Amino acid sequence: MSLKMIVTVKQVPDTHNIVGDAMKPDGTVNRAVLPTIFNPEDLNALEEALSIKETVGGSITVITMGPPKAVEVLKESLYRGADDVVLISDRKFAGADTLATSYALKCAIEKLGDYDLVLCGRQAIDGDTAQVGPQIAEKLGINQITGLVSVLAASKKSITIKRQVDDGFEIVRSKYPLLVTVNSTANEPRSPRAKRVMAYKNIDRKFCDESYVESYLGTDGAQPSPSILSHIREWNVESIGADALQCGLSGSPTKVKKVQNIVLTTSDVKQVPNTDVGISEFMRELMDEHIIG
Amino acid sequence: MDISKSVMVFIEHNGEKIAEVSLELISEATKLAQKLNVSVTAVAMGYNIQSDLEMLGHYGCKKVYYLNDKRLKHFSSIPYAKNVCDVVGRFKPQIVLFGATVMGRDIAPRVASQLKCGLTADCTELKIGEHQMGKKLYKDTLLQIRPAFGGNIIATIVSPESVPSMATVREGVMKLGVADHSKAVKIEKLSCKLPDEDFMTEVLDIIREEKSVDLKGAQIIVSAGMGASDEQALGLVKYLASTLGGVVGGSRPVVDSGVLAKDHQVGQTGVTVRPNLYIACGISGQIQHRAGMSDAKRIVAINSDPNAPIFSIAHYGIVGDVNNIIPKMIKAYKEKV
Repeated sequence: MSLKMIVTVKQVPDTHNIVGDAMKPDGTVNRAVLPTIFNPEDLNALEEALSIKETVGGSITVITMGPPKAVEVLKESLYRGADDVVLISDRKFAGADTLATSYALKCAIEKLGDYDLVLCGRQAIDGDTAQVGPQIAEKLGINQITGLVSVLAASKKSITIKRQVDDGFEIVRSKYPLLVTVNSTANEPRSPRAKRVMAYKNIDRKFCDESYVESYLGTDGAQPSPSILSHIREWNVESIGADALQCGLSGSPTKVKKVQNIVLTTSDVKQVPNTDVGISEFMRELMDEHIIG
Repeated sequence: MDISKSVMVFIEHNGEKIAEVSLELISEATKLAQKLNVSVTAVAMGYNIQSDLEMLGHYGCKKVYYLNDKRLKHFSSIPYAKNVCDVVGRFKPQIVLFGATVMGRDIAPRVASQLKCGLTADCTELKIGEHQMGKKLYKDTLLQIRPAFGGNIIATIVSPESVPSMATVREGVMKLGVADHSKAVKIEKLSCKLPDEDFMTEVLDIIREEKSVDLKGAQIIVSAGMGASDEQALGLVKYLASTLGGVVGGSRPVVDSGVLAKDHQVGQTGVTVRPNLYIACGISGQIQHRAGMSDAKRIVAINSDPNAPIFSIAHYGIVGDVNNIIPKMIKAYKEKV
């Protein structure tokens, strides 16, 4: 059998380049006004999957949950070498915290069928929680290894990983099924391939309800056919068999009470003249106050 | 005091010692527990670490639930998370805190998922307060405060209906209390009943790396920003630090550029520092940086741009080139000592 991999990705606001009001009055993200990007560490997760596929063989399915616009990160994944992609989109998912998000992704992963390895970016740059990966693993009832920085050995049965911890690294091994979260230092994500961009730039979405049975990856875990993916599947709450109450705001125990812009100011800034005398007097002041000395 | 309720802290032990963040959290839990009129408890696991647990009492912990098992010597996600779930389920704390470390952020989400609880990541401040939701007023709720959106905003998160409320808390942000050696902790031993099948991760090797600098404990920090990242200016920053008996810090762009190691990074994605003296050399002062050093007792900003945001939180501002100013500071200091 070949390795079946699932990569979870997210389209995120580019929090390093924020302009205007980033939050709605209810405290959730106002995605409409923000430029969006492929969450950086999710690209590292995809790259890791692609390199495992190159050494061990297997298939890669990328899933994302988000508004219809999030299909962009799925196309980006196809350009880089993903075999199959699925968009999970429904208004009922809106306002989800990590618990509700991981529940929806767990339902989608189970809907996809058998899998060996789930790869997630360590964290997304909008929430910086690093919680969704481990929560998916718990809900699937599988083992997890967080903070992957390199794959030392991978076979069809197990994988040996170097992971970053607070005081260094650990070398660990686990059998499948397994979920890993991937750090930004793990690899340098490859660029889109021109041929694949040509093949997929105009690919359409196709809504699939509960009854839809996808045969693309085959049922026996065989290599996916080399033919080109005809469309991007789109699933909603019903298609993944999720309980709507456990999705979105209603499935989220955490609530945003308030948001504030950060204001950090001190009352009096003492201007020190940039002269020999000015700086000499200033150093004397620090010494007199026993700040230095 | 209601002894059936508590604020519980997950104690992180790396096989050698208790992580400092765990002691910081015991100190913080003591403050929260006072407001709630409940006690502070802890959950710890490992192999033969009992003697290390005594110190938890010195910081205000009343009771620690301790699982001693050879199989728990090394961290492993599933057994650690399941054991915490078991202890939380049995002793029902109303708040559970974890360090926002690699280990804390690995198991806390699993615990929250299994218990279907709210979990807020990487908090920098915790308070007890009220929350109105519809017609219902929740009293004595944990207000979990954290930066979000790349540090551009501060959000207050509540999980009023979740029992317990859970949070991971950033290292170095909560102040370590003063150890009182007359206070003792009660160690209650529990057995780890998990089957071997739950131990799915094999630890093959552990590579410990000493930190190249201890920013958290430093009293004087001289930090370099992009305005002091060339060889000459950085040399002066290092020289000033060693002259004053301090250590070298850096902004994120400087660390990203590779001239300083990651351990030197001050700020939200680096280390939160609280020294007596912080000298920011050529640091513009992005919010991510300021949030990690604004608690310094004295902040000195040196920057050629008089409008740099760093001046808004500085106690002393010197406008000019670091290459010109630092030598004057060193000269003045040496003349006076």
